[in-house]
Amino acid sequence: MNTIRIQTDPFDVRSECDGLAKIGGSVGALVTFTGQVRGDGGLISLSLEHYPGMTECEIARHVDEAEARWPLLGVTVIHRVGRLVPGDGIVFVGVASAHRKAAFAAAEFLMDYLKTRAPLWKQEERANGTEWVDAKGADDQAAARWGTKD
Amino acid sequence: MKLLYFAWVKQKIGRGEEELRLPAGVATIAELVAFLRARGPGYAEAFGDPKRLRAARNQTHVNFEARIEDVDEIAFFPPVTGG
Repeated sequence: MNTIRIQTDPFDVRSECDGLAKIGGSVGALVTFTGQVRGDGGLISLSLEHYPGMTECEIARHVDEAEARWPLLGVTVIHRVGRLVPGDGIVFVGVASAHRKAAFAAAEFLMDYLKTRAPLWKQEERANGTEWVDAKGADDQAAARWGTKD
Repeated sequence: MKLLYFAWVKQKIGRGEEELRLPAGVATIAELVAFLRARGPGYAEAFGDPKRLRAARNQTHVNFEARIEDVDEIAFFPPVTGG
Protein backbone atom coordinates (compact mmCIF):
# COMPACT_ATOMS: atom_id res chain seq x y z
CA MET A 1 0.00 0.00 0.00
CA ASN A 2 1.89 3.03 -1.25
CA THR A 3 1.05 6.71 -1.10
CA ILE A 4 2.78 9.51 -2.98
CA ARG A 5 1.57 13.04 -2.51
CA ILE A 6 2.82 16.47 -3.57
CA GLN A 7 0.92 19.10 -1.62
CA THR A 8 0.97 22.66 -0.32
CA ASP A 9 -0.79 21.69 2.92
CA PRO A 10 1.11 20.58 6.02
CA PHE A 11 1.26 16.85 6.77
CA ASP A 12 0.62 15.19 10.10
CA VAL A 13 3.42 12.79 11.00
CA ARG A 14 1.31 11.01 13.61
CA SER A 15 -1.53 10.19 11.23
CA GLU A 16 0.88 9.16 8.46
CA CYS A 17 2.58 6.77 10.90
CA ASP A 18 -0.78 5.41 11.99
CA GLY A 19 -1.71 4.79 8.36
CA LEU A 20 1.40 2.69 7.82
CA ALA A 21 1.11 0.89 11.18
CA LYS A 22 -2.49 -0.07 10.36
CA ILE A 23 -1.38 -2.10 7.34
CA GLY A 24 -1.51 -5.07 9.65
CA GLY A 25 0.14 -7.48 12.04
CA SER A 26 2.92 -8.32 9.60
CA VAL A 27 4.43 -4.84 10.10
CA GLY A 28 7.31 -5.27 12.52
CA ALA A 29 9.24 -2.13 11.65
CA LEU A 30 8.16 1.36 10.76
CA VAL A 31 10.88 3.84 9.83
CA THR A 32 10.00 7.44 9.14
CA PHE A 33 11.99 10.47 8.13
CA THR A 34 10.70 14.03 8.38
CA GLY A 35 12.63 16.86 6.77
CA GLN A 36 12.06 20.33 8.18
CA VAL A 37 12.92 23.81 6.92
CA ARG A 38 16.08 24.91 8.73
CA GLY A 39 16.27 28.55 9.75
CA ASP A 40 19.96 28.94 8.86
CA GLY A 41 21.55 32.32 8.21
CA GLY A 42 18.49 34.46 8.59
CA LEU A 43 16.29 32.38 6.31
CA ILE A 44 12.82 33.90 6.10
CA SER A 45 11.17 31.34 3.83
CA LEU A 46 11.76 28.54 1.39
CA SER A 47 9.65 28.37 -1.77
CA LEU A 48 9.43 25.07 -3.59
CA GLU A 49 8.60 24.65 -7.23
CA HIS A 50 8.13 21.29 -8.97
CA TYR A 51 7.31 19.69 -12.31
CA PRO A 52 3.73 18.43 -11.85
CA GLY A 53 3.37 14.93 -13.20
CA MET A 54 7.06 14.17 -13.51
CA THR A 55 7.63 14.60 -9.76
CA GLU A 56 5.04 11.96 -8.91
CA CYS A 57 6.30 9.60 -11.67
CA GLU A 58 9.91 9.94 -10.62
CA ILE A 59 9.09 9.26 -6.96
CA ALA A 60 6.87 6.30 -7.95
CA ARG A 61 9.71 4.79 -9.99
CA HIS A 62 12.00 4.92 -6.99
CA VAL A 63 9.35 3.47 -4.69
CA ASP A 64 9.06 0.59 -7.19
CA GLU A 65 12.84 0.25 -7.17
CA ALA A 66 12.85 0.18 -3.35
CA GLU A 67 10.19 -2.55 -3.39
CA ALA A 68 12.28 -4.58 -5.81
CA ARG A 69 15.28 -4.35 -3.47
CA TRP A 70 13.68 -4.86 -0.07
CA PRO A 71 10.61 -6.70 1.22
CA LEU A 72 8.37 -3.72 2.03
CA LEU A 73 4.77 -3.66 3.22
CA GLY A 74 3.97 0.00 2.63
CA VAL A 75 5.62 3.26 1.63
CA THR A 76 4.42 6.84 2.06
CA VAL A 77 6.24 9.76 0.45
CA ILE A 78 4.92 13.31 0.89
CA HIS A 79 6.69 16.38 -0.44
CA ARG A 80 5.39 19.87 0.13
CA VAL A 81 5.61 22.67 -2.42
CA GLY A 82 4.91 26.39 -2.17
CA ARG A 83 6.10 28.78 0.52
CA LEU A 84 7.39 27.27 3.76
CA VAL A 85 8.95 28.87 6.83
CA PRO A 86 11.57 27.58 9.31
CA GLY A 87 10.18 24.73 11.39
CA ASP A 88 7.71 23.62 8.72
CA GLY A 89 7.78 19.99 7.65
CA ILE A 90 8.89 19.77 4.03
CA VAL A 91 9.24 16.06 3.28
CA PHE A 92 8.02 12.85 4.86
CA VAL A 93 9.15 9.33 4.01
CA GLY A 94 7.65 6.38 5.87
CA VAL A 95 8.47 2.74 5.23
CA ALA A 96 6.78 -0.28 6.79
CA SER A 97 8.39 -3.70 6.67
CA ALA A 98 8.57 -6.89 8.67
CA HIS A 99 12.12 -6.11 9.82
CA ARG A 100 14.08 -2.98 10.59
CA LYS A 101 16.99 -3.40 8.17
CA ALA A 102 14.79 -3.25 5.10
CA ALA A 103 12.80 -0.32 6.50
CA PHE A 104 15.91 1.72 7.40
CA ALA A 105 17.62 1.01 4.08
CA ALA A 106 14.58 1.75 1.94
CA ALA A 107 13.86 5.03 3.76
CA GLU A 108 17.44 6.19 3.23
CA PHE A 109 17.44 5.07 -0.40
CA LEU A 110 14.23 7.00 -1.07
CA MET A 111 15.54 10.18 0.57
CA ASP A 112 18.82 10.02 -1.37
CA TYR A 113 16.91 9.71 -4.63
CA LEU A 114 14.37 12.37 -3.75
CA LYS A 115 17.23 14.81 -3.33
CA THR A 116 18.93 14.02 -6.62
CA ARG A 117 16.20 12.94 -9.06
CA ALA A 118 12.77 14.30 -8.12
CA PRO A 119 12.19 17.53 -10.07
CA LEU A 120 11.80 19.98 -7.18
CA TRP A 121 13.66 23.26 -6.67
CA LYS A 122 14.12 25.41 -3.58
CA GLN A 123 14.37 29.17 -3.52
CA GLU A 124 15.55 30.84 -0.32
CA GLU A 125 14.24 34.18 0.87
CA ARG A 126 16.41 36.35 3.13
CA ALA A 127 16.30 40.01 4.08
CA ASN A 128 18.50 40.88 1.08
CA GLY A 129 16.42 39.02 -1.52
CA THR A 130 15.78 35.58 -2.96
CA GLU A 131 18.18 33.00 -4.35
CA TRP A 132 17.79 29.56 -5.92
CA VAL A 133 19.55 26.83 -3.95
CA ASP A 134 22.48 25.13 -5.72
CA ALA A 135 22.57 21.35 -5.93
CA LYS A 136 25.16 19.68 -3.71
CA GLY A 137 27.77 17.20 -4.90
CA ALA A 138 27.42 15.38 -1.58
CA ASP A 139 23.82 14.52 -2.44
CA ASP A 140 24.91 13.01 -5.78
CA GLN A 141 27.51 10.91 -3.98
CA ALA A 142 24.92 9.75 -1.45
CA ALA A 143 22.61 8.61 -4.25
CA ALA A 144 25.44 7.05 -6.29
CA ARG A 145 26.35 4.58 -3.54
CA TRP A 146 23.08 2.71 -4.17
CA GLY A 147 24.43 1.83 -7.56
CA THR A 148 21.47 2.42 -9.83
CA LYS A 149 22.06 3.98 -13.19
CA ASP A 150 19.33 6.52 -12.72
CA MET B 1 6.60 20.48 -29.22
CA LYS B 2 5.89 21.73 -25.76
CA LEU B 3 8.74 23.37 -23.88
CA LEU B 4 8.70 23.76 -20.11
CA TYR B 5 11.08 25.78 -17.96
CA PHE B 6 11.55 25.65 -14.21
CA ALA B 7 13.27 27.57 -11.40
CA TRP B 8 15.86 30.12 -12.62
CA VAL B 9 15.55 28.91 -16.21
CA LYS B 10 11.91 30.06 -16.11
CA GLN B 11 12.87 33.35 -14.45
CA LYS B 12 15.53 34.20 -17.02
CA ILE B 13 13.28 33.37 -19.97
CA GLY B 14 10.29 35.09 -18.41
CA ARG B 15 7.80 32.26 -18.95
CA GLY B 16 7.24 28.70 -17.82
CA GLU B 17 6.08 27.13 -21.05
CA GLU B 18 5.70 27.62 -24.77
CA GLU B 19 4.88 25.74 -27.94
CA LEU B 20 7.53 25.42 -30.64
CA ARG B 21 7.62 23.63 -33.97
CA LEU B 22 10.75 21.49 -34.04
CA PRO B 23 13.19 23.66 -36.01
CA ALA B 24 14.87 22.24 -39.11
CA GLY B 25 18.23 20.69 -38.31
CA VAL B 26 17.39 20.16 -34.62
CA ALA B 27 17.30 16.48 -33.66
CA THR B 28 18.79 16.35 -30.14
CA ILE B 29 18.49 18.17 -26.84
CA ALA B 30 21.95 19.70 -27.40
CA GLU B 31 20.87 21.09 -30.78
CA LEU B 32 17.69 22.46 -29.24
CA VAL B 33 19.74 24.22 -26.55
CA ALA B 34 21.90 25.83 -29.26
CA PHE B 35 18.76 26.92 -31.13
CA LEU B 36 17.06 28.37 -28.04
CA ARG B 37 20.20 30.19 -26.92
CA ALA B 38 19.98 32.38 -30.04
CA ARG B 39 16.36 33.42 -29.47
CA GLY B 40 16.99 36.48 -27.29
CA PRO B 41 18.80 37.88 -24.28
CA GLY B 42 16.79 35.94 -21.66
CA TYR B 43 17.32 32.69 -23.57
CA ALA B 44 21.01 33.48 -24.02
CA GLU B 45 21.33 33.83 -20.26
CA ALA B 46 19.30 30.71 -19.46
CA PHE B 47 21.06 28.49 -22.02
CA GLY B 48 24.48 30.16 -21.97
CA ASP B 49 26.12 27.46 -19.88
CA PRO B 50 24.54 24.07 -20.73
CA LYS B 51 26.58 22.38 -17.97
CA ARG B 52 24.31 24.11 -15.44
CA LEU B 53 21.19 22.68 -17.09
CA ARG B 54 19.33 19.40 -16.95
CA ALA B 55 16.64 18.17 -19.34
CA ALA B 56 13.66 15.85 -19.41
CA ARG B 57 11.92 14.37 -22.42
CA ASN B 58 8.30 13.38 -21.82
CA GLN B 59 8.85 13.63 -18.07
CA THR B 60 11.94 11.39 -17.97
CA HIS B 61 15.47 12.61 -17.29
CA VAL B 62 17.63 12.50 -20.43
CA ASN B 63 21.13 13.56 -21.37
CA PHE B 64 21.87 16.15 -24.05
CA GLU B 65 22.52 13.54 -26.72
CA ALA B 66 18.90 12.32 -26.50
CA ARG B 67 16.95 12.56 -29.74
CA ILE B 68 13.77 14.61 -29.80
CA GLU B 69 10.63 14.78 -31.94
CA ASP B 70 7.98 17.38 -32.58
CA VAL B 71 5.41 15.58 -30.39
CA ASP B 72 7.65 15.63 -27.33
CA GLU B 73 7.34 17.58 -24.11
CA ILE B 74 10.83 18.87 -23.32
CA ALA B 75 11.71 20.49 -20.01
CA PHE B 76 14.81 22.43 -19.00
CA PHE B 77 15.75 23.07 -15.39
CA PRO B 78 18.68 23.39 -12.97
CA PRO B 79 19.94 20.34 -11.05
CA VAL B 80 17.18 19.44 -8.60
CA THR B 81 17.23 20.56 -4.95
CA GLY B 82 14.21 18.92 -3.29
CA GLY B 83 14.13 16.78 -0.18
